[in-house]
Amino acid sequence: MTGQEVAFLVLAVAGGFAGVLVVTSRNVVHAALWLVVALASIAGVYLLLAAPFVAFVQVIIYVGAIVVLILFGIMLTRVPVGRRVFDNTLRARIGALVVGGGMFAMLTWFMADAWGGKRIASQAATTTDALGIAIFKNYVLPFEAVSVLLLAALIGAIVLARRD
Amino acid sequence: MPLLYPLVFAAFLFSAGVYGVLARRNAVMVLMSVELMLNAVNVNLVAFNAYLKDQLLAGQVFALFVVAVAAAEVGIGLAIVLLIFRNRETVNIDEVDLLRW
Repeated sequence: MTGQEVAFLVLAVAGGFAGVLVVTSRNVVHAALWLVVALASIAGVYLLLAAPFVAFVQVIIYVGAIVVLILFGIMLTRVPVGRRVFDNTLRARIGALVVGGGMFAMLTWFMADAWGGKRIASQAATTTDALGIAIFKNYVLPFEAVSVLLLAALIGAIVLARRD
Repeated sequence: MPLLYPLVFAAFLFSAGVYGVLARRNAVMVLMSVELMLNAVNVNLVAFNAYLKDQLLAGQVFALFVVAVAAAEVGIGLAIVLLIFRNRETVNIDEVDLLRW
């Protein structure tokens, strides 16, 4: 087992543990902070998969902006603490566990069947200029569409959230 | 590294997100679970980009697009949650039934 695989397994265990705590924690602020751990370990996985720019975007946008936005949402909505107030009934949770566990088993089975023996060859990390050329040469139309979408979302959020 | 490692990791995160969306009733928690699911998709995109050694870098570019769309989604989502809280004094999605016939 190579060092890369060991590092991946450590990150995956940390990320999976944090992901489970995000969806089961009884305290909404703790859930948001576990989300930081999960997102940061996903950024580490991107580094191991030869995508450093995506990893840094993950840290800046997700850990830096989206989690802060979620924490503001928690502060502004006065979420009470306790399982009863923000989880569904036990029956619904068991149903959700069956759906989630079944989906994990099914996806793992399908992917082991389709890509079981395949390996990711070790390779040089994607440079930021190669990624920039790809975005602004081959994917410039979706890039512009995303920028219009962000503008629309920005205006929509302002219109929704302001008090008249 | 076996391709299956990141795929199983992503499948686990996605399933945790599905569980969270179904089991939580607080709208902010549901949004956090949706973020987990979007991140699982991104792990898949980047893993297949590395596996295929794509010259056009489609996986990484689309992962960046997914991040941008997720930012837009969480901004709009939290604005709606704030609006609901201001009008109804609750953010529990089972108590918000304005559209129920």
